Order: sequence, then structure tokens, then C-alpha cells
Amino acid sequence: MSKSTHEIEVEIRNPEGLHMRPAMQFVDLANSFQSEISVCHQDVRADAKSIMQMTMLAATCGTRLKITAVGPDADRAIQGLRGLVENKFVDDPQAAVGEKEGTV
Amino acid sequence: MKLADIVCFDAIVAQLNSNKRDDVISELVKSLVDHQKMKGVDAKSLAKAVIKRENEASTGIGKGVAVPHVKHESVTEPVAVVGCSQQGIDFVSLDKQPVYSVFLLLSPAANPDKHLQAMETIFKNLQKDDFRRFLRQAQTAEAIMEAIKDADEDDS
Repeated sequence: MSKSTHEIEVEIRNPEGLHMRPAMQFVDLANSFQSEISVCHQDVRADAKSIMQMTMLAATCGTRLKITAVGPDADRAIQGLRGLVENKFVDDPQAAVGEKEGTV
Repeated sequence: MKLADIVCFDAIVAQLNSNKRDDVISELVKSLVDHQKMKGVDAKSLAKAVIKRENEASTGIGKGVAVPHVKHESVTEPVAVVGCSQQGIDFVSLDKQPVYSVFLLLSPAANPDKHLQAMETIFKNLQKDDFRRFLRQAQTAEAIMEAIKDADEDDS
């Protein structure tokens, strides 16, 4: 398999931003790919496979992130991660419920 | 944002009484509510909210640290407290290792962006090997405070 580089820009659209739980979903999905994946927010670059680094991005609602994948499955990785972000992390149902109860 | 902007130094618990996750959370929330003079806030229900959040997904992110947190209506500004344990706490961490340093964060329910900024500040510092090592070695509130101030200075 050949090594390729794929890159995409996405916008965080869930109102709570990329808080810890969606960040964990993102990291879990990123870890299922062989490619090296990084996420950039302005001048901060995070390893998409590290929850510590991903939480450092402080990606609020409306933030644009650049996802870069390098490796044999880079294309699939980018498509998968884009899907996750565009679906607002499966709508983050916990956040929607928790917001009302104040327990997010 | 700096750690000193969010951490309540007076509330630091250098030697946690318990090594059980829920008790540690209750102890830290109580210390924070007491020292931060959070009027009309019920520490018990706040602790319950943190534990509920923790049960949904562990904030034990590995390397001996955990960041339990909750967004709550009774909180106006993000405020954090640090607790340390020599014996280690079972936080059901991602790496299945015990937790020695706990950063507990309470954020306003109405301001998710501020919560993210506070989390960024905490995680940015917890990524530093030195900071985690100093925290783990610290046995007094003063030592923890020093570690936090040093970490803040590193960034400036």
C-alpha cells in the first residue's frame, strides 16, 4: 500500500464545542487508522490520537480545524473523521440532556 | 488563561483522605465550595453532578492524572482545585493505572467556551512531564502552589 497525504478543513458545529467526550470519540476513531493524523487550530497542532493533545485545542463552536492524515489509509481516516465532526459527534445527546440539568 | 486564574489555592488538598474516586470528588468539591465562598451552593449536589458526569466517561486520561469536571448552573466562573494522593486512586483511567493528581474543574453551564478555555489551560500544563512529576512529588499545599506558579511562568 502506498503512503498518501490527505487534508481537510472542518468546522465544529455542536454548541458545546469539542469538549472532552466528543474529543474522546474523535481520538478513538483516529486510533482505528494506521495513518498519522494531526489536527491544527491556528498555530496549535495536536496529535489526533492523544486525548491530552486534542483537549488542548480549545475548539469552541464555530472553530475551523485542519485535519491532516499521512499513511496507507489516510483517505478513509479523513472521510471517517469528517463524518464524525459533521454529524456533530452523533449529536452529542448527553450534552443536550445534560445542559438542561446542568450536569454536562 | 493561566492556571493561577482558575485554581483556588486555598482549597488545595495536598493529601487526600480517601483513595476512592467518589469520596475524592466529594472531598475536593467540599473544599472548593468552602474556600471559594460559593454562596447558596450545595456541595453534595455539586459532587453528585461531577460523579454522574464521571460515570458517563472517565476523565482519567492516563499518566496518573484525572480531570473530573461539570458545567453547573450554580457556577459563575470556571474554578478548579487540585488534590494529590500518595497511594493512588482508582479512576477507571484509560491506561488502567492509578491516579495521583486530580484537577477538579467546575464551569458555568451557560458558557461552554470558557469551560473549553479552562480545560485547555489545564491540559496544556498536564502535558508537561515536569509539571506532572512535581505534582506527584508534592506533599504540601505550598509545594503544589509552587509547581502551578512555575508551570504558568513556563508559558509566559
